[in-house]
Amino acid sequence: MIEWRDLSVTYDGSDEPALRDVRLCVEESELVLVAGATGSGKSTLLRTVNGLVPQFTGGRVLGDVLVDGTPVRGTTPRDLADVVGFVGQDPLSTFVADVVEEELAYGMEQLGLAPQTMRRRVEETLDLLGIADLRSRALRTLSGGQQQRVAIGAVLTMHPRVLVLDEPTSALDPTAAEDVLSTLARLVEDLGLTVLLAEHRMERVVPFADRLVVVEGREVRAGPTAQMLKSSPVAPPVVELGRLVGWQPLPLSVREARRRTAELVPALAAPPARPYQPPGEAVLQARGLVVRYGANVAVRDVTLSVARGEVLALMGRNGSGKSSLLWALQGSGRRDAGDVAVDGVDPATEPPDRARALVGLVPQTAGDLLYLETVRDECAAADDQTSAPAGTCRDLLDRLAAGVDDDRHPRDLSEGQRLALVLAIVLTARPTVVALDEPTRGLDYAAKAALAHAVTELAQEGHGVVVASHDVEFVAQVADQVVVMAGGEIVSAGRTEHVLAESPAFAPQMSKILGEGWLTVAQVREAMAS
Amino acid sequence: MTVLARRTDAPWALSFRLYLWLGLIVIVLRVAFRIIFGGGYGATVLLDLPSIPLPDWAAGITLFGPVTAEALLAGLYDGMRLAAILICVGAANTLANPRKLLASLPPALYEVGTAVVIALSLFPQLAESVQRVRRARRLRGDPGKGVRALRRVVIPVLEDALDRSLDLASSMDARGYGRAGSLGSRARRTTGVLLVVGLLGLTVGSYAFLDATAPRVLAWPMLALGLAAAVAGFVSAGRRVRRTRYRPARWHAADVLTAAVGVVVAAGMTWVAASRPDVTLPDPASLPPLSAGALLLVLLAVVPAFATPPPPLLSTRRGRSVAEAPPASPLSEGSARDRVA
Repeated sequence: MIEWRDLSVTYDGSDEPALRDVRLCVEESELVLVAGATGSGKSTLLRTVNGLVPQFTGGRVLGDVLVDGTPVRGTTPRDLADVVGFVGQDPLSTFVADVVEEELAYGMEQLGLAPQTMRRRVEETLDLLGIADLRSRALRTLSGGQQQRVAIGAVLTMHPRVLVLDEPTSALDPTAAEDVLSTLARLVEDLGLTVLLAEHRMERVVPFADRLVVVEGREVRAGPTAQMLKSSPVAPPVVELGRLVGWQPLPLSVREARRRTAELVPALAAPPARPYQPPGEAVLQARGLVVRYGANVAVRDVTLSVARGEVLALMGRNGSGKSSLLWALQGSGRRDAGDVAVDGVDPATEPPDRARALVGLVPQTAGDLLYLETVRDECAAADDQTSAPAGTCRDLLDRLAAGVDDDRHPRDLSEGQRLALVLAIVLTARPTVVALDEPTRGLDYAAKAALAHAVTELAQEGHGVVVASHDVEFVAQVADQVVVMAGGEIVSAGRTEHVLAESPAFAPQMSKILGEGWLTVAQVREAMAS
Repeated sequence: MTVLARRTDAPWALSFRLYLWLGLIVIVLRVAFRIIFGGGYGATVLLDLPSIPLPDWAAGITLFGPVTAEALLAGLYDGMRLAAILICVGAANTLANPRKLLASLPPALYEVGTAVVIALSLFPQLAESVQRVRRARRLRGDPGKGVRALRRVVIPVLEDALDRSLDLASSMDARGYGRAGSLGSRARRTTGVLLVVGLLGLTVGSYAFLDATAPRVLAWPMLALGLAAAVAGFVSAGRRVRRTRYRPARWHAADVLTAAVGVVVAAGMTWVAASRPDVTLPDPASLPPLSAGALLLVLLAVVPAFATPPPPLLSTRRGRSVAEAPPASPLSEGSARDRVA
């Protein structure tokens, strides 16, 4: 169905090709998962299928891609619209219409289909994706998971034979991601679509992927999923466990792994107790916080405290009030009732430069904090703004992510490096409490591990840390306490291993396999070593 | 009344109050000007203010002076006429979805229409990112003011807008926007020639129409020729675009009624203006007279408020979409104008 023939892509202004000699063939009705670290060329590979690369990015392309026997070279994405459907990361930025139904019809209007056909296909698609009750809703008012399903539907109405998805769940909470991915699985089964999917949350897709394509070092390897995972640079925890224990063949799902735990459990003692210090003095205390936007109550009567050296994770679905709570804690966001005390001082009553020394916040779109041309300028500005000795910010940056070039433009940094830069700028003010809003968004497993290390170190240095995150595995690694929010209220709170094990949606894979108390593969490694 | 009865709760429909205020301000301003700049005709003096003669360079203008009832009334009528026009524009704006209007453009203007739609949706996004970046600036503890601070907001916002636009462009392209039709170069040339001829015809025609000394043969015939050529050009250009419309807006009985009422009221008022000029342009010195015909027309203009089905509201509607909002567009403007005048 799709065939890459010795394809190489070199972007303008770079000497190294982004992809080299790709030789690959995807059969009809196959679901192929594309894996690789951030910046490895996954997106480039996916975008060559309908010619978005090089049409929208520039660059030189050697070799060719054949879709259904016709070469992509010489055609444009719009001519392939009825063959290849493309769905990106951020659905909201790709919507053309303002109501669900019209968005679904847009592609068909471009194809010039008869109105009768359009009506029929819109109805079919609404049912197929289970969004019939949303048909006349405004797209802006939908939740993230609903938006992403509409984006998939908008492509499906054109009846493409190939569906290409570039990290469709990276901005979604676990439940919404589950929704989207299970919808995809059904589409493959029912419609026999050929699907090419890049996805960070591999654990959800691996069980039903036919083949795995690994993009590493500018080159592409492909093979059956279980075989490829043995050596893949990125792998879900269940596979890492399998590799660690040496299971053959590798388990791909929680179910497969669970059926073999009988042979493992006797070898393991009880889960190692996490290093637990009784909570020290509380550095951050919030009582009865309320945040309202018009008639909508985003945060409802929330009380929490963070001790020195403790990491608190806020979890909950999109729109459950996590971000509003973080901004209210920082003091620059809205707060309608309640009080916050950091070392006995309310940050909302302080001027901005004092407030950031109490609570330093890294917002969800971290890039908003950057506005200068080079990393050097940004660091110098940060030192200047906090009257810290010159070089403070640069030192912090080197500790978080070594080897970031001083002369690079902040926008050209990788997702992980940019986050490190923003975190360094925030830390230059030596805040008592550090708050991070969705820091793992767009990070691969390696960058996430680096971030987890940095967060743990921050806590050990005596900062209080608050992290809002969807990422169950990340929270399992770093958090001491977990607070789960829903509709602006706290629904459960407590020690990480208890809270995470309690709810199936938030349980990390290790707890699902080995039972309560086990959170990460690192724990198993330790237990086996001892 | 039509507006109040059939307004939706969509964002573009909430601006009617603004237009009402604007109308009121215009009336107050007109009357105030009459008081300040006097004019001083008419016999009934209400208030005798001392007049302030202005220096030579503004000769002919006096400030204040006696305020007469006639001058005040003339100002009031003037203001009401302007306000009526403003409120009518506002009414059309309130009742019609701008996107729906764009969808009714001829296919030849499709590209322009799409550009306008994107620009429309970009504005709320820009406002949103400005807000976000300003909030983020506080996190850097940066109380800076002036040009440097502005730059710190503008640069991230522009980068954001650029990213979004590129995203949208690639998404539209991947979904088939602007798929080229199969039209030969000859057909393209015909379209071009037709459009140029049409433009020339319209220009020459309107010039001759406005300039009384130009030969009459250039006026109406040229206008008609130009219009015909332009329409032919549009049709020919439109044939190139092979796309269809999901749920095209159809004319229902209520729509036809609304449009017809608008036309009848506008025509009727023109007739009244011609036969009884004292009704439409009342003499400020006496009580404005009324005629049965004008009154009847005003009542007729209110009919659509009751004869059309109420539009579904966003918050409650299910099933049918905006398509059902009464297309009260430019024609109800005519009726509303007559009503107020």
